Amino acid sequence: MSDVAQATIAPESPAQQALLTPSQLAWKRFKRHRLALISGLFLVILYLITGFAEFFAPYEKTTRNIKAIYAPPMSIDFFDTEGNFQFRPFTYGYTLTIDEVTWARKYIEDPKQKFDFYFFSRGESYEFWNLFKADFHFFVVKDEDGRLGYFHLLGTDQLGRDVLSRVLYGGRVSLSIGLIGIGLTLFLGVLLGGFAGYIGGFVDRVVQRIIEVIQSLPTLPLWMSLTAALPAHWSSIRVYFGVTLILSFFGWTALARQVRGRFLALRDEDFIVAARLIGGGNTRVIFKHMMPNFMSHTITTATLAVPGMILGETALSFLGIGLRPPIVSWGVLMKEAQNYQVIVMTPWILFPGLFVVLAVMAYNLLGDGLRDAADPHNIGGLK
Amino acid sequence: MLRSILKPFQVVSARVRSMNYVTRRILGMFPTLFFISIIVFVIIDLPPGDIVTSRLDRMEAQGVEASPEYVRNLRARYDLDKPLYLQYLFWIGKFVTGDLGYSFFYSKPVNELVWERLGYTLLITVAALFFTWIVALPFGIYSAVKQYSIGDYFITVVALVGLATPNFLLALLVMYFSSEYFGVSIGGLFSVEYRDEVWSLDKVMDMLFRLWIPASVVGMGGTAVTMRLLRANLLDELNKPYVVTARAKGVKPLKLILKYPLRIAINPFISTVGLLLPTLISGEAIVSVVLNLPTTGRMLLDALLAQDMYLAGSFLMLLAILTVVGMLISDLILAWSDPRIRYE
Repeated sequence: MSDVAQATIAPESPAQQALLTPSQLAWKRFKRHRLALISGLFLVILYLITGFAEFFAPYEKTTRNIKAIYAPPMSIDFFDTEGNFQFRPFTYGYTLTIDEVTWARKYIEDPKQKFDFYFFSRGESYEFWNLFKADFHFFVVKDEDGRLGYFHLLGTDQLGRDVLSRVLYGGRVSLSIGLIGIGLTLFLGVLLGGFAGYIGGFVDRVVQRIIEVIQSLPTLPLWMSLTAALPAHWSSIRVYFGVTLILSFFGWTALARQVRGRFLALRDEDFIVAARLIGGGNTRVIFKHMMPNFMSHTITTATLAVPGMILGETALSFLGIGLRPPIVSWGVLMKEAQNYQVIVMTPWILFPGLFVVLAVMAYNLLGDGLRDAADPHNIGGLK
Repeated sequence: MLRSILKPFQVVSARVRSMNYVTRRILGMFPTLFFISIIVFVIIDLPPGDIVTSRLDRMEAQGVEASPEYVRNLRARYDLDKPLYLQYLFWIGKFVTGDLGYSFFYSKPVNELVWERLGYTLLITVAALFFTWIVALPFGIYSAVKQYSIGDYFITVVALVGLATPNFLLALLVMYFSSEYFGVSIGGLFSVEYRDEVWSLDKVMDMLFRLWIPASVVGMGGTAVTMRLLRANLLDELNKPYVVTARAKGVKPLKLILKYPLRIAINPFISTVGLLLPTLISGEAIVSVVLNLPTTGRMLLDALLAQDMYLAGSFLMLLAILTVVGMLISDLILAWSDPRIRYE
């Protein structure tokens, strides 16, 4: 095996190549997927920003700015109306005018209200992770007298709440559903797939049949019926876990198939038989000898199930039967965009959708890259 | 000599074996449907309370006091006083004989409600499938033949974005752009002037014309997947010796691709239908809510929210049957087109 690897990898010197551990090899393979690398970085940043949403979001998710209801996105400027350059970025506040004929609201940039950006500064106070009070923000805007102004990079919704802040808080929920869901999916997939593959026979047939049944069901109608069955009096946190559970309950089948296949293939390998013959019990054989063979690959395959869960949560909440306010998630935010007249008037409330697309795309690319990297048989073309 | 004598027998035995595959596959469908029916029954039975409690709640809100006897009669009428397995047997027994029960929400037999909507769902799903094929085939071939060209990158990016965009967001965007830039409202399956008309040729044409919008929205994700699969498969084939040989012999490029490698690479078009169907039906359910289509999505949602269990259960069960039968058909077509499968 090592001969083959050395021949195809063509290292600088065979001795040096032999020093590479499997994880180093995997990293080398992963680095070749530049898109996967960028996607991974993007996701890390996204998780950090949404994780510390209190700090990065300019406002709390429920803070209302009554001066700007359905206000369009504001711009970041360096040149004022006279064309003077200013190094500190600033923005202009809005004055509201109402069209006398159509009663349509129209916001016009008001050069008299000039708000400068101050980074790492004190602004609206918040409770960080429900642990302690703080008022430190990534940025705040202030007018010339040092009073707090307002800035809505992605506009505001019908109650004057900042869309950017809500997107960040919502991302925390939507993205974490994917992560918790993948844990549950892995657990179910490895457990059931492992049973089927290791024990075989009747158990195998039953699990196979269950997988077949679940895979031939249209998932969304099923998810809809299950989440609609969640009691209305449940607390937000219970609904959150309920939805996560439901989403992962139908996502484990592909994973279980894969694990089953690996177990079947490994069961009769010489080293497994040897381990059993010298007295290794089932637990030892499974966890010490079999699992390390495929777990990294299985875990990376599971990342490919995350986008499905994010999309599932978004779709269910969009229909109004997944997560419900006061929880803020990307799907809950999209629900406000259900009426298309609202979209025509205020297209910026679709911004949460953009974040969904970006996050899902990044996960898809990352998953592809990880899968190739974790495949120990994929050694061709490495330099 | 011996071979020529054996040949007729081989043909017959091949036919028997392929028949076996078909019967095996058809018979295998029934246990699956049985399990599905249990799952569906459990799901519609899950919510706390049942149709009688919700009716009593309504009566109480109107100030009517229900006597215990009335409650008992009501429960007996809907078999709710029986143990669960009996309830299941009653439900499934009636279901297979075509009696889908009674919708409490609409005060109508379920039979009068579901079939037309299910028909439209089927129509849109099939249209989405055709959309998938029609789009994926040329673009998949192009991006494989012109690998790493600007066109290939463009198609790849579009496919990636299409795969990551939720169906309902796409539907919203299509609605937004069509009303903002073209001034047409694309909600519904019929133009306003045909909505209440009886069926006529014009109405059919109108529907077919409008059908492509929901079909393309529903089919977007599947198109991206199929296109990528076709590209990958075709790329595997293009460097094989038989292709090189054919090219060296002077077969015209287009004819070469269409005649040899494509025939092998096109397998996923049939084999993924089974995997695509649940996705398409799921997508259709949510797109129909956004685009206000007369299909199952909206009614299923309302039925679930109103705990209208016969209606919701019938929809779930019928959608599942639609999927399972669709998968069966795609498996049979695959077996017909690929001998390796039916001789397994």
